[in-house]
Amino acid sequence: MSLWEYANPARFMALTARVLPVLAVLSAVCLVVGLVWGFFFTPEDFRQGSTVKIIYLHVPSAMMAINAWAMMLVASLIWLIRRHHVSALAARAAAPVGLVMTLIALATGAIWGQPMWGTWWAWDPRLTSFLILFLFYLGYIALWEAIDDPDTAADLTSVLCLVGSVFAILSRYAVNFWNQGLHQAASLSLDKKENVSDVFWFPLLVCIAGFGLFFVVLVLVRTRTEIRARRLHALRLRARMG
Amino acid sequence: MMPELGKYAAYVLTAYGASVVLLLALVALSWVRGARIKRQLAEAERESKHG
Repeated sequence: MSLWEYANPARFMALTARVLPVLAVLSAVCLVVGLVWGFFFTPEDFRQGSTVKIIYLHVPSAMMAINAWAMMLVASLIWLIRRHHVSALAARAAAPVGLVMTLIALATGAIWGQPMWGTWWAWDPRLTSFLILFLFYLGYIALWEAIDDPDTAADLTSVLCLVGSVFAILSRYAVNFWNQGLHQAASLSLDKKENVSDVFWFPLLVCIAGFGLFFVVLVLVRTRTEIRARRLHALRLRARMG
Repeated sequence: MMPELGKYAAYVLTAYGASVVLLLALVALSWVRGARIKRQLAEAERESKHG
């Protein structure tokens, strides 16, 4: 069976109706276990004190902020190349989720930065590229809302998504491009010596899985809504015309 | 039960509080819009069938 069969809205709705309950339960379990484990059952860091507990929100949300844009980029390319409506609607559905993830990453970063760096905000490469990514999310959502014709809106937002991808990549690699600023390099590494200690790493892994599943569940739910909204729009147009 | 958060308690609790509120708001808005569109579509389909 080809993946493209799920570009058919009816098949997509049937499949997601079956998998959504399972994914929603998995997501809730991972989020609750990860956050409770991280908040209640991990020690303080010798240098950062209890603020290290913010890592369980900040890192997964920042990862999802970038990954959401990456998913929108893939969906936009599929729309531009193959004209599958479900992919355009999935990109539209993902944007508010990515926006909230970016906002959580920015807010928790500022709250963490104040006691550790002595400032809520600095025009550091990673922070600035994240702020620009946040503005791209807002612009993307506004553009969808501003255009009545759904295909034209999908075309223009797809192009905006391609442009914004530069900042999504910058958000991920800014600390590597410019070796300056307050933000540290990645805390997570496959190299055990560079990675955070296991006592923080394991609950963080569960939180990352929880945020990832949460994103998938919300995007599927919202894509189902967008498919229904598109059908509703078509029915209303037909009724108006005769 | 509450862990000892020391002098950074306000920062940690604010980060968790703000994040939970944002996540719940996102779920609630998605749910409400989804339910509204589903209801409107059912009505529109009923009307289109009955003329």
